[in-house]
Amino acid sequence: MRFITRRLAFYVVAAWTAITINFAIPHLLPSNPVEVMMARHPEFPPSARRALEIQFGLGHQGSLLHQYGVYLDHLLHGNLGISVLNYPASVVTVLNNTVPWTILLVGSATIISFVIGTLLGIFAGWRRGGWFDKALPAFTFVQAIPYFFLAELALVLFSSDLHIFPSYGGYQLGDTIGFNGTFIASALSHSILPALTIIVTSMAGWMLQMRNVMITTIGEDFVLAAQAKGLSTRRIMFTYAARNAILPNIAGFALAIGFVIAGALVMEIVFSYPGVGYQLFQAVTNDDFPVMQGIFLAISATVLVCCLLADVVYVLADPRVRTRAAY
Amino acid sequence: MNGTSQSNARVTDGGTSAEPLLEIRDLSIVYDDDVIAVDHVSLELGRGETVGLAGESGCGKSTLALGLCRLLRPPAVITSGSVVYRGSRLAAGGVDLMEQSSRELRKLRWREISIVFQSAMNALNPVLRVRDQLGDAIDAHLKLGRREKQERLGELLDLVGIPRERLRSYPHELSGGMRQRVVIAMALAAEPEVVIMDEPTTALDVVVQKEILAQVVELQQRLNFAVLFITHDLSLLIEIADRIAVMYAGRIVEIGTAEEIHSQPSHPYTQGLLGSFPSVHGARRELAGIPGSPPDLRALPPGCPFVPRCAHAREQCREIDMSLGRVDDVDASHLTACPFVRPAAAGDWSRAARTAEAGPAR
Amino acid sequence: MAIAVSAPVQTAPTARRGEFLRSMPLKAKIGGGILAVFVLIAIIGPAIAPYDPSAISATQSVALPPNLHHLLGTAVDGGDIFSQLLVSIRGTVVLGVLTATFAALLSVGFGVTAGFLGGVADEGLSLVMNVFLILPALPLLIIVLGFLPHTGQLPTAFVLSILGWAWGARVIRAQTLTLRGRDFVAAARETGEPTWRLVVFEVLPNEISLIAANFVGTFLYAILTSVALAFIGVANLSNWSLGVMLYWAQNSTAINIGAWWWYLPPGLAVAILGMSLVLLNFGLDELGNPRLRRSTKSRRRARGAKAWRPTDATPVKRLEVAP
Repeated sequence: MRFITRRLAFYVVAAWTAITINFAIPHLLPSNPVEVMMARHPEFPPSARRALEIQFGLGHQGSLLHQYGVYLDHLLHGNLGISVLNYPASVVTVLNNTVPWTILLVGSATIISFVIGTLLGIFAGWRRGGWFDKALPAFTFVQAIPYFFLAELALVLFSSDLHIFPSYGGYQLGDTIGFNGTFIASALSHSILPALTIIVTSMAGWMLQMRNVMITTIGEDFVLAAQAKGLSTRRIMFTYAARNAILPNIAGFALAIGFVIAGALVMEIVFSYPGVGYQLFQAVTNDDFPVMQGIFLAISATVLVCCLLADVVYVLADPRVRTRAAY
Repeated sequence: MNGTSQSNARVTDGGTSAEPLLEIRDLSIVYDDDVIAVDHVSLELGRGETVGLAGESGCGKSTLALGLCRLLRPPAVITSGSVVYRGSRLAAGGVDLMEQSSRELRKLRWREISIVFQSAMNALNPVLRVRDQLGDAIDAHLKLGRREKQERLGELLDLVGIPRERLRSYPHELSGGMRQRVVIAMALAAEPEVVIMDEPTTALDVVVQKEILAQVVELQQRLNFAVLFITHDLSLLIEIADRIAVMYAGRIVEIGTAEEIHSQPSHPYTQGLLGSFPSVHGARRELAGIPGSPPDLRALPPGCPFVPRCAHAREQCREIDMSLGRVDDVDASHLTACPFVRPAAAGDWSRAARTAEAGPAR
Repeated sequence: MAIAVSAPVQTAPTARRGEFLRSMPLKAKIGGGILAVFVLIAIIGPAIAPYDPSAISATQSVALPPNLHHLLGTAVDGGDIFSQLLVSIRGTVVLGVLTATFAALLSVGFGVTAGFLGGVADEGLSLVMNVFLILPALPLLIIVLGFLPHTGQLPTAFVLSILGWAWGARVIRAQTLTLRGRDFVAAARETGEPTWRLVVFEVLPNEISLIAANFVGTFLYAILTSVALAFIGVANLSNWSLGVMLYWAQNSTAINIGAWWWYLPPGLAVAILGMSLVLLNFGLDELGNPRLRRSTKSRRRARGAKAWRPTDATPVKRLEVAP
């Protein structure tokens, strides 16, 4: 419990840092960001100025500290500002439209790749000199290829050339959104390629990781003792070896979440999938800073929540940590 | 006296049956094709007997212990010999462990031959409770109902003197001594006939060491299992073992009853070992120690590997074949690999070492 | 991305130079070799480029495949892909080196200090490290660089390193903690060696391979992240880099028009450069941790050996008895 409390305190500090950085950036600019924005985009309606002022907290007079307070107050009330691109829609509305798509895609793809990758890693580490050890050099090569490059290749191969999967979007345009069969079917078919790409590229990392730790764990005395006890293969492999080998991986999962999400975002852009990543892309292209900052906060929150969940799982998995204060 | 007798001189174990419970014959274990860790070792273990295996680190005793039940990992390979086990639950004639498949061996493991590992903390799975670790040993070999199993788990902890509540504990919640006791209890869970103990108390302080050893002796008397006790501490073996084998560079250099080894150590290495331990009892004497360090097993010269460190070395030492021969005509149980040196008078080997330091006998 | 969390094991003592190069594992040599090629191109590339990469043709409106005039074809607006590639490699490599250098300074500074001082200072520094580690780098980078769209290489490298040093710092801190408890440090302290000397001459040399591995790792991170950022459109488009090339290719739907000569070369360049860094990293890991290294003998045997599982019994292979 002490462990979780410590971690919780840490996450609070991290969250506060993210929130503060988010606030600080526009205020660190030498010039008035609102003016800069308006100048850069002559096509903005005059009302956009208001949105930007609200977003940057610059409409109000007052000290920096006062503006910070207003900003925090807005945050606590769920007010993330107004989107410039989709004016007058609020940032929260924009997020509401895109976050579910991303959770659907990235969430399930990440979980699937972690589970499959870890399982494969268990088997790969169990058998020395087997198929995996022989394929290791090739595997290392594939793993080094940047994920979005593979995404592009996948897009070219499966979509443009072979026309197996649709090449962009989250669903067939023209379908009515809702829980009807056509929509769900097209939503699924549109998510298969991006999901597969995410799964394939990140699975390799988990697998390699698990395999390496398995090999180290199998060298431990208690695995030898398990073998000496004449236990079944299944019990030795899972309850003795894997159960211990997975612990560093759970810790590593928390650390890798940020990277995984970054990769998934880029993936969405490649596939024009209407999730948070693509929204971010749109926002960047159109200098929609309120949305950009809102997305940053949303992603930070997600990362922190995932890390907390990983910590909880770790505490459940490793009895030793319940008396310690850290990993 | 010239050491030409056979290497498979049989030692009567004084047990109830003429055939030994565990018969290691001519066993050789090699690492990486060039390191001979165990070189044609023969050893026997009678029912209920305690045989000690003594030697410095790296002499091959742990390799022998793990190798005889084929628990060694690659690059270890067994290159010769047989290990015949004649457990009372098996058909007459016993089985050669070297001939068994992995699957057949698994059935024999723990139920017939179990092991107490050296570092108890490492031998216990950190994420399983004590009751689960003791339990899976039981489940793998005995068909017990739930209540029977619970009772047996409690009995096992009672055997080693640990409170039953500790069944729910994790290994890291136990003290060092308790963990070692748990490991001992675990080794007895399936009622084996042979327990191999690999330095079971080396990592513990002396007081706990004594308690645990007393426990082991008591358990052995009660349950009548045989023990192969491995340690570098020869003086310990003299206290608790029936017979003692001394190993050096992968070979057995002397073997005999505890009394014989204690009062009439014959091989120079044994004499050196005994001279290295201070005794709490008796008069103070000079400690001799053994100069030099263990040899590199990859580059062993012919003949006796102890030559570089032996005060009695002579040219003929390079020509002997390290087979064991009788020390004298009286005790058939006392064998040595050195054809030249014979035991000094009891307790006098420190003096023998000192005179030897003056110059090798020619 | 290597995600090892456990503290590093004992490092091998710093060997002599000749032995060092000879005993370098094959992976490191291959990775290092490929990297050297890229560095060479980075140095001489722009000098040997046949055209100005930014030069466009007013009349052209279609991307041309490779031909005699343009070794790798052209972009839609007539830009020569080959020249762009040569200049872009320099851009990317320079960015990577700058970022890795800044990050190395930061991570060694933070890591060694935290590991060496221990106590409250360590707690505080670790907190900072962990916060930076956990903040999602890419979205934050997008925002920061988005606010400063015309930055040059140096500021970009600086910003990248601010978000990339935390990982290395953690690893170095763990290693420093281990080393601090070692006898030779206590011995040096006893003889009255001043702390700074102790750190620079006793502790750091034992962490060289770790620092090198971190440098390589950060280099990789810088490349991948900068390409991702450029791809998204956040980069300064007037500085040619592999990411910028990919951005233009994506922007002009190079995939859909089948202009493989446009998106494949930069993509492959990133992939191969990335791979060389990963290999080099593995090799450096092996160098610093002798346990991971397998002697040529055991490797030779492993090639012919059967597979082995932990439930297998020790194999019995009786030798012929010598006559």
